[in-house]
Amino acid sequence: MKCPSVTSVVLLACGSFNPITNMHLRMFELARDHLEDTGQYRVLIGIISPVGDGYKKKGLIEVSQRQEMARLATENSDWIAVGFWESMQPDWVETVEVIRHYYDTLFETQQESDETDTFEASSPQNRSDGPQVMLLCGADFLESFGVPDLWKEEDIEEIVGDYGLVCITRSGYNPYKFIHKSDVLWKHRRNIHLVHECVTNDISATHMRRALRRGQSSGNLLPDAVVSYIQQNNLYSAESEQKNGDVVLEPLQRNSGDTRAEGFTAAAARTEVLADVRVSSCPPSDCAVFDFDRIKYGVS
Amino acid sequence: MANRRVPLVLLACGSFNPITNQHMRLFELARDHMHSTGQYQVLALQSSNWVTVDEWESQQPDWTETVVTMRYHYGRILKEYEGRAGKHMTPTPVSFESSGPQLKLLCGADFLDTFKIPGLWQDEHVEEAVGRFGLVSVSRGGLQPEQTVHESDMLSRHQRNIFLVREWMRNETSATEVRRALRRGQSVKYLIPDSVIEYIHQHKLYTEDSERRNKGTALRPLTKQAQSQ
Repeated sequence: MKCPSVTSVVLLACGSFNPITNMHLRMFELARDHLEDTGQYRVLIGIISPVGDGYKKKGLIEVSQRQEMARLATENSDWIAVGFWESMQPDWVETVEVIRHYYDTLFETQQESDETDTFEASSPQNRSDGPQVMLLCGADFLESFGVPDLWKEEDIEEIVGDYGLVCITRSGYNPYKFIHKSDVLWKHRRNIHLVHECVTNDISATHMRRALRRGQSSGNLLPDAVVSYIQQNNLYSAESEQKNGDVVLEPLQRNSGDTRAEGFTAAAARTEVLADVRVSSCPPSDCAVFDFDRIKYGVS
Repeated sequence: MANRRVPLVLLACGSFNPITNQHMRLFELARDHMHSTGQYQVLALQSSNWVTVDEWESQQPDWTETVVTMRYHYGRILKEYEGRAGKHMTPTPVSFESSGPQLKLLCGADFLDTFKIPGLWQDEHVEEAVGRFGLVSVSRGGLQPEQTVHESDMLSRHQRNIFLVREWMRNETSATEVRRALRRGQSVKYLIPDSVIEYIHQHKLYTEDSERRNKGTALRPLTKQAQSQ
């Protein structure tokens, strides 16, 4: 029995996940609670999409390892899973492309299930609408919209205009103010859902890597399976943190077209303060690269 | 020369209502810190898990003063250590030359502040807990443990026995918040262990009723102190 005014939602989180932490997972739980509490949404699944190596962020370890950690972290979740499409693209892909890809994939799947199930097909809402794909992020991600050359204006407009954003507040950020100051964000403010994190949580993957490098415990901020994996494979060392140290973040390179040394330095400085932002753009691949099997989907 | 580290057991007393990942994290942070001083070796109580739950305090008929619990556990540790070492150890005050095991109280920085609350602690108990045993206090966002120690004559006197550990990632997961979320049907996944969530749901713990329990009743330590005077 479904109320016709309830919109189905898929939450998509893009980022480095270097490594994934309990805070990332918490964001999904908070977002789901928040949206469903309004009575207007039903969250079907959550997707974690780790960025490809082509992003060239400093300290970014191989995507296969980051994916495996995300997979281990979501083993015990019945609604959150890892999406591999983005990382399988040969080049770095803009965020808006990733969202489009999942929207298209999910819409197709919805249509297929409509055809096979007469009950589903008879419901007008199911036939005409795919689930809404919303980008899930922290307030630092939202504010990255303001970093010059990191995002294309039209991409931001598409993300908040056509899709939607669920943003978990974080200490030290004021997302309300940020939205207020941006005409584009203000225009689409009804598509931006701000979730108050009452339990302040400063776990950041950067801090986590620091602790791991120093042989300190990460206890209980990372899922146990992820801790074991990190230890077994000796990920995160002073060396790994230097990866991409002399390279400019891919989005900045692309958008500014600036290859001069001075441009590099400025851009590199900007990348230091960036949180896990992700972007990519590549033609969608045909293969199904989403771990659907474990997830209950399309239950009416 | 190489292995002059003092064997150390960390004891955390508290409501654990419910236990959270943050509680578990206190142990990890404290262990890292004490190891890094070069002077301590935090003991593993079991082969795979080094943190274990003890039921002695919860089985006592009345509320038990923290220091009584500490004495009990210290006695047990000594016995076990003597058994292994094959010699009789007398309890000694903290001394870096001593090779006997030590027991220290593990707590959050908010715990340090409770020493100031009138009628909550007996003065001689605080002396014993801090002076004889020692504290490892992990700071939480917003509190200033150094200030608390500085402002107390008694704590300042035993500064050498109070180890302040900085939690560099502010995490305000509190059992109170967890109970609140549970009452409201909100998710607490990733804040407390999955097995604990399951247990809570199975036994329907933490409701509006449970939160009202003991409302209007004075905390036992306060009445016990008053009675004995």
